[in-house]
Amino acid sequence: MSKMIANALGRLVPTEVEGLGEFAPFTGAFDRLRGDYSYARAATRRTVPACQRDKVTKSIREAIERSGLKDGMTISFHHHMRNGDGVLPLVMREIQAMGIKDLTLAPSSLTDAHDCVADMIEAGVVTGICSSGMRGRIGQAVSEGKLARPALIYSHGGRARAIEEGRIHIDVAFLGAPTCDKYGNFTGSTGPSACGSLGYAMMDAKYASHVVAVTDNLVDYPLMPRISIPEQQVDQVLLVDSIGDPRKIASGTVRYTRDPVQLRQAWLAFELIKASGYLAPGLSYQAGAGGASLAVTGFLKDYMLEKGIKGSFGVGGISGHTVDMLEHGLFDAVLDVQSFDAAVTGSLHNNPRHIEIDASGYANPFAGSCAVNHLDVVVLAALDVDVDFNVNVMTGLDGVLRGASGGHSDTAAGAKLSVVLCPCQRTRVPAIRDHVQTVVTPGETVDAIVTERGICINPRNEELLRAAQAAKLPVLDIHKLKNDIEAMTGKPEPVPFDESKVVAVVEYRDGTLIDSIYKVK
Amino acid sequence: MKILHKAVAGSLESSDVLISVEPADEGLSINIESVVLKQWGARIRQVVEESMQAAGVSQARVDVRDHGALECTLKARIETVLLRAGR
Repeated sequence: MSKMIANALGRLVPTEVEGLGEFAPFTGAFDRLRGDYSYARAATRRTVPACQRDKVTKSIREAIERSGLKDGMTISFHHHMRNGDGVLPLVMREIQAMGIKDLTLAPSSLTDAHDCVADMIEAGVVTGICSSGMRGRIGQAVSEGKLARPALIYSHGGRARAIEEGRIHIDVAFLGAPTCDKYGNFTGSTGPSACGSLGYAMMDAKYASHVVAVTDNLVDYPLMPRISIPEQQVDQVLLVDSIGDPRKIASGTVRYTRDPVQLRQAWLAFELIKASGYLAPGLSYQAGAGGASLAVTGFLKDYMLEKGIKGSFGVGGISGHTVDMLEHGLFDAVLDVQSFDAAVTGSLHNNPRHIEIDASGYANPFAGSCAVNHLDVVVLAALDVDVDFNVNVMTGLDGVLRGASGGHSDTAAGAKLSVVLCPCQRTRVPAIRDHVQTVVTPGETVDAIVTERGICINPRNEELLRAAQAAKLPVLDIHKLKNDIEAMTGKPEPVPFDESKVVAVVEYRDGTLIDSIYKVK
Repeated sequence: MKILHKAVAGSLESSDVLISVEPADEGLSINIESVVLKQWGARIRQVVEESMQAAGVSQARVDVRDHGALECTLKARIETVLLRAGR
């Protein structure tokens, strides 16, 4: 284990991570964004494919052999199929059968469809993981210290940055391609396994040394009218029976919540957005896919329709609700890096105002600019928060990895108003703490935390505090709220960790380390 | 109080607790499962033991399946299950 030093939030983070190199500690959300930070792109090697060859194979093994994949390399997948992805299990099982070992897995994220990776950790096939999300059996295995090297958790914007910087180099990318032609032009907007935007996969396609498009829907050349990832970025096309189940893309978020606690949070958040002054013509908006966040979107939509307010654009993680607002003329456009809902794919395919963007254009802090920087309002969720407004979306009550960094820290930093929704307590464990279990999003980028009991406003944002008070919203001091919740629940025993073993590090979007996650006892 | 037959109270809903009590030949055995065992396991055991003692129950098998109940809920479920199980 390398040396541990305290970052600006007082969290101990390693100065070096095995297999990933040296890291600087987090010093502040905007420290590398002042115009004077520079980097040199790491040099990488790529083998030029022979011309005039047949790019299509039906053999997974042949595709892997042709890719030149060897022990110790880094491979990637995208998670646009979410819980319905079949590509990663299909390819990883073949890799394991071929006896290839010691791989670093660097997908855009890992979902419930990827539990088989836990077995590959045990077998030494996967010895390193870089991912936005980790849950289920993978989260458990990593939290128990079974992965040989510490995992890296990045945000969606942070991953784009790391790939462009060359901090993470992908040797072979296996990218699910819902509709693909024989030269590798592909899109996610059509086909029996359509998943919508391929925004995260676009990064892998541009920067990986070798790209395999994995499809179950081979069409005539040239693919038209939409090409998300073009043939020049694709080395091979692998034709398989099925790349997954698009019905599992939506993670049960299609309907608005009826949970009164969530609805109360959502209503207060909506009132706060109204009070902030941003709910005005030209509004740009993003909300997470959780029940409470979607309910805010519902209130917003009804209000905008009633008052005739026309916004400018929606970003994200696009759900059916965002598309609904687009179709009602409440937004001029939506910028879609990831479709949360298979029902969104028709809009992406048919509506020119529904624009597919890549992860760098979405949230890369080092890009020329990115969409999250133009957001007026973002509504986000939290597992728990602390009195300094730091937010955890990564580790559960028991300390085990069960979440995803996603675009949380990216949008919080970019948006003018970032609102975090959180219930006061979950299963008798208070959600407002002295020190949040794992910092994913730093408090300096969070304007307000909304609970069912009231709204806590970050003292850094005096203007918002005055606006909320003027609107007679239930504004609470976060320390007082914390004490009130503890009076109801009692003070739980702290979760024990083995602090001698770091199992994962949380990278902030700018590449610095914001927190460490320890082995559970 | 003597436990005469098996009884249950509560539910497996989030923020509730399901408690079952049945007669035992000797001693008090308490089995606790909880979604927040690390944070609340010791306290739950303490509350169950104290409640049993207060009710004068010294022989019983108690099974607690907690889904994050507040302490007031836990105490109410114990009170109910004892009324159902004994005299």
